[in-house]
Amino acid sequence: MSAATNFLVGVYEDDDVIMQACADIRQQGVKIHEVYSPFPIHGIDPILGYKRSRLNVAAFMFGITGTIIAFSMQVIMMGYDWPMNIGGKPQVAVPSFVPVSFEMTILMASLGMVFTFLVVSGLGPGARKLVLDPRFSDDKFILAIDVDKNKLSMEDMANLLKRTGATEVSHKEVTA
Amino acid sequence: MQVTSHVREPLVTNGKTWKDVTDDICRQVEGKPTTTWYIAMFISVLLFGYGTYCLYRTWWDGIGRWGLNKTVGWAWDITNFVWWVGIGHAGTLISAILLLFRQKWRTSINRAAEAMTIFAVFCAGSFILMHMGRTWLAYWALPLGNTFGSLWPNFNSPLVWDVFAISTYLTVSVVFWYIGLIPDLATIRDRAQNPISRFVYGILSFGWNGGAKDWQRYEAVSLVLAGVSTPLVLSVHTIVSFDFATSLIPGWHTTIFPPYFVAGAIFSGFAMVLTLMLVTRVVFKLEDYITMAHIESMNKIIMLTGSIVGVAYITEFFIAWYSGVEYEQYAFINRATGPYWWAYWSMMTCNVISPQLFWFKSVRRSIAATFILSIIVNIGMWFERFVIIVTSLHRDYLPSSWAYFSPTMYDIGDYIFSFGLFFTFFFLFAKFLPVINMAEVKAVLKSSGEKSSEGYGKVIHGVAQGTTAVPHHSPGKSDV
Repeated sequence: MSAATNFLVGVYEDDDVIMQACADIRQQGVKIHEVYSPFPIHGIDPILGYKRSRLNVAAFMFGITGTIIAFSMQVIMMGYDWPMNIGGKPQVAVPSFVPVSFEMTILMASLGMVFTFLVVSGLGPGARKLVLDPRFSDDKFILAIDVDKNKLSMEDMANLLKRTGATEVSHKEVTA
Repeated sequence: MQVTSHVREPLVTNGKTWKDVTDDICRQVEGKPTTTWYIAMFISVLLFGYGTYCLYRTWWDGIGRWGLNKTVGWAWDITNFVWWVGIGHAGTLISAILLLFRQKWRTSINRAAEAMTIFAVFCAGSFILMHMGRTWLAYWALPLGNTFGSLWPNFNSPLVWDVFAISTYLTVSVVFWYIGLIPDLATIRDRAQNPISRFVYGILSFGWNGGAKDWQRYEAVSLVLAGVSTPLVLSVHTIVSFDFATSLIPGWHTTIFPPYFVAGAIFSGFAMVLTLMLVTRVVFKLEDYITMAHIESMNKIIMLTGSIVGVAYITEFFIAWYSGVEYEQYAFINRATGPYWWAYWSMMTCNVISPQLFWFKSVRRSIAATFILSIIVNIGMWFERFVIIVTSLHRDYLPSSWAYFSPTMYDIGDYIFSFGLFFTFFFLFAKFLPVINMAEVKAVLKSSGEKSSEGYGKVIHGVAQGTTAVPHHSPGKSDV
């Protein structure tokens, strides 16, 4: 079993340059492993072939769950489990149940969405995701190519990285 | 794609690069605390300590330690609660509503404003717990199955709605703030020299590696959190105002309370943000990030919300007269001319007249004037809540039960407690976490930095020329 993954790492100085580089590299039929950047690069997702995130769907589902739980909780508690006669007013007073249902919707949507995000992205306390070049969090834009998943030779790909504007190209072996 | 006018002032001055942003903001996290920080921390802990003593007496002996009487049953406790919750509205407003409106100037103030929000909500929550008297029974407000014959809280009560609103607000604010911190914590982790801080910031940064897919999800999360926080922030103070508006007390039973309270909350919250940021920018030498343009923008919001509050005060008075309800009329005449006239007129001066000074550009752009006015606004907003609560209560329907409220040292001490709590947390935050959102500032640097007109990064861009011709994807430069 080969435990090591070979990465070709290109360091870029500018977000527009790396975005153009990604387009050029993919045009050459080279698969890009991932791009690491200090801030989100807007417009890079379609270039890298990433589909829209469906996290907002998750948020909606969690939110609607919150609404249903909160609303039915109030109806059951106030209307059936322990009905109280308050001046003869209706026990299931729907307008009174709006604020708590609303707050629970927001709470469930936010927590559920954030939790989903952390799980799908593999983030969490103590998690260590692959950092090929620590300068990604400062001012450099890092493009990683998984060498074994591409047909071109390492040299050709290194030249391609340089030609598209990478200021440094290095080879890194990462043991999984 | 969002186009930024060249006429706009740059949001980051002195030609900062991405590297400079990292260095300038990480400096105070990595270096030793300054003497100023130690002095500030010492004073905060002192206030916190004295406040804790007063709080201990209040809890041990009961809220009879306060100056409350049979007529005035709510006074400083609820005043302070509403005041702190109001202050706690600016952070989410800046990070959520201004994000939806694509106001880029929020990027250098949102982190500190959100932190301030969280600490202000802690303070607000502490007053709710104190106000309960028997704090150890606070869980009675929650719908927990219990041994009293499954007796549930009354969901028709705004006080129960408040429990849900405040706790949701606190939770969502903390989550929003923390998600925003993750990329910056990774920056600190990657720069850390000693193993302890590398380990601690490593855990705190959740293993972030800045991958494009993660950034995409991160932005989706930020946008949805902003989307849900916007109605949340409006709902929280609306529900706080329901605590009064749904009662039948003249002076409280007012339908304009929800928008009036929300405007007041934004008003005082921005004032508190300004007070803190004007100090922070000098102490941490962040004048290039929190610029005059930021201060002026915030002053404009203070002027707008201050005017809304002013209109609300006048409307209330007018409606009291127009309603023809003599109790309502008396409550308002009594506010302005009765024994609490001084509180009413302090409120009117601080909240209605003082923000109007911001119509003058020279005042809006003066740091000294902004600092003084930001404090005056918060004094005024404290008086607003005091006026609403105490003047509406102190003259009951029967003249025999009319009373006057005077605070005891425990009322004051518990208020001091909240200041100690707030500033202790704020200074700890300012030392150990990045006070400015580095990732977001870096993202707007090209379009809004001082070098943007010269085309920052264009020089390197030329290198990419000569490669295979592909349709150039226009960079969608928006900060959402």
